Amino acid sequence: MAVIGIDIGSRSIERVVWDQATGAWTWDKVPTTFDPLTQCRKLLADADGCPVVATGYGRALVAEHFAELSVRTITEIQAYARGVHHLVPEARTVVDIGGQDTKVIALSPQGAVVKFEMNDRCAAGTGKFLEFMATSLQIPLDSFGDFALEADKQVAINSMCTVFAESEATSLMARGERPQNIAMALHRAIVRRTLAMLRRVGGESPVVFAGGVAHNRCVCRLLSEALGGDVIVPPDPDVLGALGAALAGAGP
Amino acid sequence: MTASHEAMWERLGLDLEAHASLLEVLGKFYGDIYLSQQGRLRGMEYLDFVLSEIHGLRIRELDEARAQGRKVVGTFCVFVPEEIVWAADAIQVGLCAGAEAGTEAAEKILPRNTCALIKSFVGFKLARLCPFTELCDMVVGETTCDGKKKAYETFSDYAPVYVMEIPQMKRSEDRALWKAEVLRFKQAVEDLTGRSITAENLREAIGLMNRRRRVLQRLNRLRAAHPVPISGRDALLINQVSFYDDPERFTQKIHDLCDELEEKVRRGKGVADGAVRVMLSGCPMAVPNWKLPYIVESSGAVVVGEESCIGTRNTRDLVDEGGTTLEEMLDAIVDRYLKIDCACFTPNQERLEHIVDMARALDVQGVIHYGLSFCQPYAMESFKVEKALRDAGIPMLAIETDYSMEDVEQLKTRVEAFVEMIR
Repeated sequence: MAVIGIDIGSRSIERVVWDQATGAWTWDKVPTTFDPLTQCRKLLADADGCPVVATGYGRALVAEHFAELSVRTITEIQAYARGVHHLVPEARTVVDIGGQDTKVIALSPQGAVVKFEMNDRCAAGTGKFLEFMATSLQIPLDSFGDFALEADKQVAINSMCTVFAESEATSLMARGERPQNIAMALHRAIVRRTLAMLRRVGGESPVVFAGGVAHNRCVCRLLSEALGGDVIVPPDPDVLGALGAALAGAGP
Repeated sequence: MTASHEAMWERLGLDLEAHASLLEVLGKFYGDIYLSQQGRLRGMEYLDFVLSEIHGLRIRELDEARAQGRKVVGTFCVFVPEEIVWAADAIQVGLCAGAEAGTEAAEKILPRNTCALIKSFVGFKLARLCPFTELCDMVVGETTCDGKKKAYETFSDYAPVYVMEIPQMKRSEDRALWKAEVLRFKQAVEDLTGRSITAENLREAIGLMNRRRRVLQRLNRLRAAHPVPISGRDALLINQVSFYDDPERFTQKIHDLCDELEEKVRRGKGVADGAVRVMLSGCPMAVPNWKLPYIVESSGAVVVGEESCIGTRNTRDLVDEGGTTLEEMLDAIVDRYLKIDCACFTPNQERLEHIVDMARALDVQGVIHYGLSFCQPYAMESFKVEKALRDAGIPMLAIETDYSMEDVEQLKTRVEAFVEMIR
């Protein structure tokens, strides 16, 4: 029998269908839009009878509106821990940078959560920050990381506040700084913030980098440089929450 | 209650319109958080009633007492020795500081990065929303933290403020300072009331306060049973109400409630089957600050203790009743209050020991440390608390927040993830 994991994030919704008999799984992804419920309906249209585990900031929405399905909820922290442990059993730390949250999770050798840190309140240091800055530099989000990797000089942006950082970027542009160098500075700011959270949970190796921002090659490279090359980025890093949710539905 | 009390509120100078909307919000909040609970104790009806008349009947009582010449003393801190106030036949009440009210007005005279509790008491006054504050003949401030210390200077432009100096260390010189402050306060209360504090009336007041502490100790013992017989929210409410209801009545009503609780424990009835037992530790939660307990208890956990000023920090130690002379009794009061392990002290090792002992005694699976944003003493100590608990094998989650609701979803995720982790 199949189990469905669904991760309702601020930017995208991922669904994983896990076959309990074979351990095979498939995934789908849709943008969250302003109407996440309709998007969830599309993803859960053929769910009849399957256990569903919802995670992400919209988890309660699913539990509330799909009473006909047996929906359980778990937090993103638990979901990412499970998903990562399944794909990379030796992982001891998970860095998950999503649309509006950054989480750093310390795992026991058995894959249990032993400690976690989450950014509070504002979107500083999250995918939202990158999205905002990419827009302000008029670079498509998907290629923002590659654009930053073309930097040839180190300039500093110190503020982690999205609004203040934009002012800093604007001043740099006004001084004629190359946009690639500004983009790199913005990426460094995110990584600096993430490293501070990593240190607070201990940050033992191996570190797995997941979440939507793990698609960004510049953040991956900077993180890996800072940690001495020890960062694993699984394929499809943004579906690990949905995978973990499905696994929670299948397992104990 | 509104219609019958409106004339009184108007006489007290409240902003009737704003006050009416505050009561409406409070009523809805109370309904969602409290009245929605299943299987509550009958004894909680007393608390529901007190809460529904929080600005009504209790204010009327105080108003009538004042008409007969009694004085009302308002406080913000468990350091103010209540025995002295009651001995002089004055009435002590803890003042409202648990709601986001009058914030805009408060931010005109306070920096924005001031803790929510300070902003709240200043805001309540400036926006004319708290009948307790308006009734006070004396408002006692104290020097527990820099924020409060400086806020009282400003606050004294608006209310009859008296400030006690709280020592920040516990050496013999500090005890001498504290004793001098207790004596100075005694004089101030005698001047206010025109009554002398004698061995006789002080003995009675010590008895009265100790009886109230004992009933809260009894509640704390009973709530720790397996399974947990009362929600943490209800127990917190009882502690909160202890600050402003009449102490005799409160003690009697809570003993009745504890009798019922005892019976429930005997029958093995719980309120939260399968919930994870947690303890809260840190900053006080004044009425109606039920935000975090509500989030915690909606996330598969149940709160079995509060290591806080509105919690065990206020009830753990009794005043020694062995004194016979006025001097001996005052010394007993000085010693009892100096045992308070507020984060304003340095060093404050005893707080760490109390937290670990309490977490063990309550058999909790984790501790949630609660800090109000910009409360530096508790924020600093949270690192030490986490380490002490880690050494004892007890996980801790540190939460820093204020009275606003904007971060509720994020807090839920963190608390739920913590519950998943310790389950």
